[in-house]
Amino acid sequence: MSASDRKGPRSEGWPGDLPVLLPFAIPENAPPARLRPVHGWLLCGLAVVALPAWAQAGTAALSPLDVVVKWAPLLLTGFAFNVAISLMAMAIGTVAGIGLGLAMLAEGRVLPRIAWSATQVFRNVPWLVLLFFVMFLVPFQVTVFGIRVPLPDWLKATFGFSLPVMANVAEIVRGAVRSVPNTQWEAAESLAFTRRQTLWRIILPQCTKRMLPPWMNVYALIAMATVQASIVGVTEMLTLTAQVHAAEGGRPELFAPLYGFALLCFFLYCYPIDRLTAGLERRFETR
Amino acid sequence: MIEAVQAWFQRLYETTGFNFTIFYDPYDWDRYVAGLRMTLLLGISTILISLVIGAVGALLQSGPSRLLRGLVNGFVVVFRNTPPLVQIFFFYFGLGTLLPDVRSADGLRTPILDNVQWAILSLSLFAGAFNVEIFRSGIEAVPRTTVEAAEALGYTRFKAYRHVVLPLALRVCLPALNNNLINLLKTTTLAYAIAVPETLYAVKQIWSESQNVLEMMLVLLATYAVLVGVLVWIMHRWERALRIPGYGR
Repeated sequence: MSASDRKGPRSEGWPGDLPVLLPFAIPENAPPARLRPVHGWLLCGLAVVALPAWAQAGTAALSPLDVVVKWAPLLLTGFAFNVAISLMAMAIGTVAGIGLGLAMLAEGRVLPRIAWSATQVFRNVPWLVLLFFVMFLVPFQVTVFGIRVPLPDWLKATFGFSLPVMANVAEIVRGAVRSVPNTQWEAAESLAFTRRQTLWRIILPQCTKRMLPPWMNVYALIAMATVQASIVGVTEMLTLTAQVHAAEGGRPELFAPLYGFALLCFFLYCYPIDRLTAGLERRFETR
Repeated sequence: MIEAVQAWFQRLYETTGFNFTIFYDPYDWDRYVAGLRMTLLLGISTILISLVIGAVGALLQSGPSRLLRGLVNGFVVVFRNTPPLVQIFFFYFGLGTLLPDVRSADGLRTPILDNVQWAILSLSLFAGAFNVEIFRSGIEAVPRTTVEAAEALGYTRFKAYRHVVLPLALRVCLPALNNNLINLLKTTTLAYAIAVPETLYAVKQIWSESQNVLEMMLVLLATYAVLVGVLVWIMHRWERALRIPGYGR
């Protein structure tokens, strides 16, 4: 009896359970993987090892480093386009996802079922397949009220990326609303709020804080996924990288530095988001 | 039986215009099955290799060597925060062309690793980086006292890790692992970009020859829905089989 008393307010589990049998909680003092000065030294070491290889590239042609520097403005424009696509896809996907998530929580039988199946489909299909789906099955122009609106392929790609965002955001919304204690709903009901008022004025404001870290995670994923648009022929950073490589004579030793530059750009963009997300998660821990 | 199915789909095409070539054209069917087989090969091998990478990485990360810890940390951080497609291109084009060629038996120069092997390698490293993090969080959930008890029983560090820590950690981190492996299965479609003939590649070939994009899209969606469904089912069975009796409701 005293043993179970000492374990505190938790009710599940037997008194004699090993700690490992208890539900898993991420320890608060876990140091997440992050960069330290030692990594800077490691990278410098790599560069020193790699320099002789670059020096061998010959004097007539530009050295790989010069090629990267020369084309960096063009490649960075492509990267900015990637960022723009990801931001638009995120905006569209978030709005649609909140709608879908609320539909999953709606009263009634039919609407939640439909919303749930849509979410499952769009979450379980590979993003590249969804991208193909939109690229090939959406027409290149639509006629609205007699006006022909062209749909350029980057716009279609944006729609293609916003579909998985929608499904993931819907799951985040559903999870966050479910995590609000039932008592909040009951309290609102006893104060004569309608269901809609309860949702918009009481439940969702409490959810935003919980939804922020996973939402940022989804953003980092979609930012990294935008390069897949190059597979279906949208001109973005990877397409430009391949074109730059061809323009410099297609030398095989150029591949590594050029794609390495693309890796570096995405890393510098996504790593701060990752750190920020982890920081917010620690701060918002609602336990 | 097979003839009946073929005849039915042939009639469906003639009467409604829905052209599911793979169900009555043996050539397309063979291509589709070959693609499916390649997807399975990619999926299974990358899952196994990434699990090994995750386990070894987590072992090194909790190890005494600062240099190794730093290396593993750097690996995890870099591979988690860069797009998998760029990783594949970097490995296949960047590193693949730097490696020396070998001469095959008939005198042709062939690269040491072909595109399928590069795809397996880079996808495994990508998923392995996530697995290292997942396993590490599981290992940290194993109490220090359990490790000390194992040490008191005369286990070496590696044996304690293999027989005591890892089995317990695995059970703790299975849900997160589940998610990551499903994600990995979906990421195998990226091998399409370096012309690995997996399902997406095969299906695209079929629809560009038979002009039946919509029908093959539906087949593609159904294929991945089934594949992911089977993986989810297997992982849930595994989770239940590994469950420690007396724990959970």
